[in-house]
Amino acid sequence: MIEMMDIWKTYPNGAHALKGISVVIDRNEFVYIVGPSGAGKSTFMKLIYREEFPTKGQLFVNGFNIGKLKPRKIPYVRRNIGVIFQDYRLLPKLTAYENVAFAMEVIEAPRKLMKKRTMEVLELVGLGGKHAHLPAQLSGGEQQRVAIARAIVNNPSVIVADEPTGNLDPETSWGIMNLLEEINFRGTTIVMATHNREIVNTLRKRVIAIENGLIARDQARGEYGYEA
Amino acid sequence: MKLRTLARHLREGVRGIFRNGWMSFASISSIFISLFILGVFVLLALNVSKLADQLESQVEIRAFLQLDATAESAAALETKLRAIPEVKSVEYRTPEQNLQEMSEMLGADGKQLLEDYQGEDNPLPASFTIEVYDPQTIAAAASQVQAVSAAQDPPAFQQIKYGQGTVETLFKITGAVRNIGLIIVAGLAVTAMFLIATTIKTTIIARQREIGIMKLVGATNAFIRWPFFVEGALIGFLSSALTAAVVVLGYGELIRQSEFDLGLMSIRLVSMEEAAGIIVPVTIGIGTLLGVWGSVLSVRRYLKV
Repeated sequence: MIEMMDIWKTYPNGAHALKGISVVIDRNEFVYIVGPSGAGKSTFMKLIYREEFPTKGQLFVNGFNIGKLKPRKIPYVRRNIGVIFQDYRLLPKLTAYENVAFAMEVIEAPRKLMKKRTMEVLELVGLGGKHAHLPAQLSGGEQQRVAIARAIVNNPSVIVADEPTGNLDPETSWGIMNLLEEINFRGTTIVMATHNREIVNTLRKRVIAIENGLIARDQARGEYGYEA
Repeated sequence: MKLRTLARHLREGVRGIFRNGWMSFASISSIFISLFILGVFVLLALNVSKLADQLESQVEIRAFLQLDATAESAAALETKLRAIPEVKSVEYRTPEQNLQEMSEMLGADGKQLLEDYQGEDNPLPASFTIEVYDPQTIAAAASQVQAVSAAQDPPAFQQIKYGQGTVETLFKITGAVRNIGLIIVAGLAVTAMFLIATTIKTTIIARQREIGIMKLVGATNAFIRWPFFVEGALIGFLSSALTAAVVVLGYGELIRQSEFDLGLMSIRLVSMEEAAGIIVPVTIGIGTLLGVWGSVLSVRRYLKV
């Protein structure tokens, strides 16, 4: 599903973000990416959805060779990957429904299917009654739910979540985590970068720790392992 | 592209104008203001050029006959005038024709004024309009016409006019005015571009996030570009159509108001229809191009990742 072989990433300013990472993440796994700030977590995530490309090494996502991908093919890789951010990244002028449906418009889905599927995922994330609200009219947790609905609406095989609970209070965070676990249970791979010790230590999953551009630890049912 | 997607792009383009209300307003205003100033100057330049044409073509000799001159004496004079080597053409105009010409100059209001002087009451004399081959030789030609006149007693002509002394200055001025007008119009066009480019830069910053999100959910560059293209073209078209309408209608009103006064000074402005024929296509063409250029430019910068 996601396969990295000796991945290096050096930014134009000379910073070595990743220094030889090799890892395989299988179909239907749920993986936490942990580690100190600036250790390379974000770069690791960005490589998966081809926001950045590897300087060296082989990277396959859903069978696409990311390192050799032609720029005009990038959109087609992203259609199979749902991305969730700490700051939600919703379009402020569009309603919850329109934000989610937008991801389906992009792939030119038939209109009937689009309406049905959009409402379906909004129900799934618990926002069926608020589909006509603008992001500004929703709470942080609700906005993140809209973002999750948008990420899953096209049935991607992978969800990449970069600190999805970073801006949320503990109770709301648990709501989001239950939702992600539900999505994982339905067959979607989830790669989630987080600083949330409590979540990692309670909802035990595979933990990959990245420190100084290298994989420091890779444990099934691992712990957070850093002081909060 | 699927037909439904095309409809979607058109719809989104139109919606974009309303969604980004203030930004659209800023773009429309800056295009409107720029094109409005440009339009006013184009009209000014057109009129100055027309005036210059009128003045240059008026470099001719008008020789007014005595009021009691007969048709036979006029025919004899015409033969003599044609014999002058500098002369290109000689045109005899009856008093009725001269009255008619004056009436046209004065416009609708003037017609009324001159109604009492028709037929027997016509105070105007007959005249010859004499054109020369080269305007530079007009002074020489005029003195020969004078000689023809003086050969008779009383003189054949009561008055000989050719804009003595002012002709040379006139040519210099009309030439300069045309060049200056052209420079000002070109300068304004460049200023308009800068004004619009600034507005677009602001739009780019506002749209950066939006484009980033579109790319994230897997939109192709073409998919992202289309609604912006439609939006830009529409904004350009709407604002320039508005400008063209305001400029042309305003100008029409101006002509209507000033026709009589300017007519008294023998000045005739470019007609509203003639002005519209130039202003409408030029304004709408430039405006639409600016809109498209702006949106394409702003989107292209953020499509490269």
